[in-house]
Amino acid sequence: MNLAIRDIRHHMGRFVLTCLGLALLLGVVVSMVGIYRGLVSDALSLVRAPAPDLWVVEGKTRGPFAEASRIPFDMRDAIARIDGIAEAGAVTYQSLQLEIDGRILRAFVVGYEPGRPGGPANLAEGRPIERSHFEIVADRRTGIPLAAKFKIGADWFTVVGRTAGQVDSAGNPTIYMTLKDAQKIQFQQEGAAARNLAVRGESGTPNQVNAVLAKLKPGVDRLALVQAIERWKHLSAMTQNDQEALLLQSVVEKARKQIGLFTAILLVVSTVIIALIIHTMTLDKVREIATLKLIGAPDRSIVGLILQQALAMGTISFSLGAGLLFLLAGHFPRRVEILPGDIIALASAVALACVLASMLGVRHALKIDPAQALGG
Amino acid sequence: MNEAIVQLRGLSKHYGEGTTRVDALKEVDLDISAGSVVGLLGPSGSGKSTLLNLIGAIVDPSAGLIRLDGELVYDGRWIRKDLRRLRLEKIGFIFQFHNLIPFLNVSENIEIVLELAGYTLADARKRSLELLDYLQVADRAQAKPSQLSGGQAQRVAIARALANRPRIILADEPTAALDFERATIVIDLLHRVADEQHAAVIVVTHDEKIMPRLDEIHVLRDGALMEKEAAG
Ligand SMILES: Nc1ncnc2c1ncn2[C@@H]1O[C@H](COP(=O)(O)OP(=O)(O)O)[C@@H](O)[C@H]1O
Ligand SMILES: [Mg+2]
Repeated sequence: MNLAIRDIRHHMGRFVLTCLGLALLLGVVVSMVGIYRGLVSDALSLVRAPAPDLWVVEGKTRGPFAEASRIPFDMRDAIARIDGIAEAGAVTYQSLQLEIDGRILRAFVVGYEPGRPGGPANLAEGRPIERSHFEIVADRRTGIPLAAKFKIGADWFTVVGRTAGQVDSAGNPTIYMTLKDAQKIQFQQEGAAARNLAVRGESGTPNQVNAVLAKLKPGVDRLALVQAIERWKHLSAMTQNDQEALLLQSVVEKARKQIGLFTAILLVVSTVIIALIIHTMTLDKVREIATLKLIGAPDRSIVGLILQQALAMGTISFSLGAGLLFLLAGHFPRRVEILPGDIIALASAVALACVLASMLGVRHALKIDPAQALGG
Repeated sequence: MNEAIVQLRGLSKHYGEGTTRVDALKEVDLDISAGSVVGLLGPSGSGKSTLLNLIGAIVDPSAGLIRLDGELVYDGRWIRKDLRRLRLEKIGFIFQFHNLIPFLNVSENIEIVLELAGYTLADARKRSLELLDYLQVADRAQAKPSQLSGGQAQRVAIARALANRPRIILADEPTAALDFERATIVIDLLHRVADEQHAAVIVVTHDEKIMPRLDEIHVLRDGALMEKEAAG
């Protein structure tokens, strides 16, 4: 006879309410991990979209995302000519604040050369950029519809295509445009001071780009190529894998620690709360437990009663919390990614927390004297 | 003379030490034979409950010897380590406050004892219904204890005490909450059980009305057994 279920049924209302409260708490735990996964996906979406084999950036920098990088535009041709390189494209990256119909939008602008590496990955709708000016591909998260026209600086741009889920590591949606357009905007943005420097030819001239992305011919030794490129003192090169690792390290590492810590704290808090609930439930059952001992129930029946209730509470609450997050994930301002592996890991952690939490109640229950069943 | 199912020799129990020491029971010798319903009387605080709880292996004696159903169970220490098993096998308890488990229904309250004793689910259910029938509460088998009247609850508690066919039944003021008629029914029932199961029934009571129906009456005063009276 399962005592745990019968006791739960006897106090159904209380049990359900407790589970709902706990579900919200555990839902937050799951969302923390989901937010972290979303952060990683977001950060990588920008690096993965162009999917080059090599990133060539300014010498001794780890650009273009982790550090600022500037190289002359004509390096693109120099790189394209290297033996083993199939094609190369120059790109610029910049954050931009746009005003569209009175709404402020922070976007991450990618300038690239259509037909060369650096453009958006598969479009969700519309077409790629075909003209050399004033066409853009915007991510859906910008909220700008296909065929919309809006002004950046002095020029009118038209949305010809849309991507889905491409954002920078801060969660700002990306906007793709031609390299020339992007350089013009960058130049305008930098204002008078930069323009003066440009006149003197020191830096910030419009004909600089942030990186050159290269695709290799099949079977080419990447490391050898990296070394070949780095022989030019003012260039650095890294593989796609290096770039991804770098981005995760520089952009996501702190968030990972922060969220990891927060998740751990929440799990500890959940454990303490479950422990208190189970302890209270045990205190409410002192007489019943004493009676069970009196009529001959072994400790294992009594431990089972408490442990099963703790696990039932944890399982139901976790499922509810995770289910709730699943329903709501799409409404979060940033991507929330729920991975099966994470759910399994968290469920195990919650199960462990329940076992730990029931120790307090179990300890108390084992000390209950059967004589406590007697008297009033 | 019948065999003695409960045999006590020099059984003593004190609570506390030094100035706070209370001698609840002093060197009690007692034999109770199978088939008899025995009354335990005495003023409040005289040690009646203590004696019952010692026989029921709920409280540790301070000294003496206890033999239950021919088995030496206490001899300065508990011979059996698993006292719950001992209770399950040999003893049925009936309390003043019926102590039914509130989250189990009437039938389950009885089935749990049987399950602990090793009955299969089907056998436990069958025996439970038999007992409830015997005690005329079969119609309340699915009710929760909170839905029972005092008399019904007491009968269910008796059914639970009888479930595993114990040779010793201990009842602490089982009729205190009942009127004369119902109290009489309970005592008659205990007689029947004593006869049919060849069990010893020990009833702690204040209840003057039921005394004529007891086979023997033992009186406790300040923890000491006074005299043995033949009742009836
Ligand atoms: N757990 C206990 N701790 C200390 N003293 C106790 C305890 N139980 C009973 N006593 C004392 O032992 C004596 C006998 O108690 P009890 O057996 O309950 O008497 P009765 O059931 O006859 O009223 C009383 O003086 C009581 O105060
Ligand atoms: Mg008493």
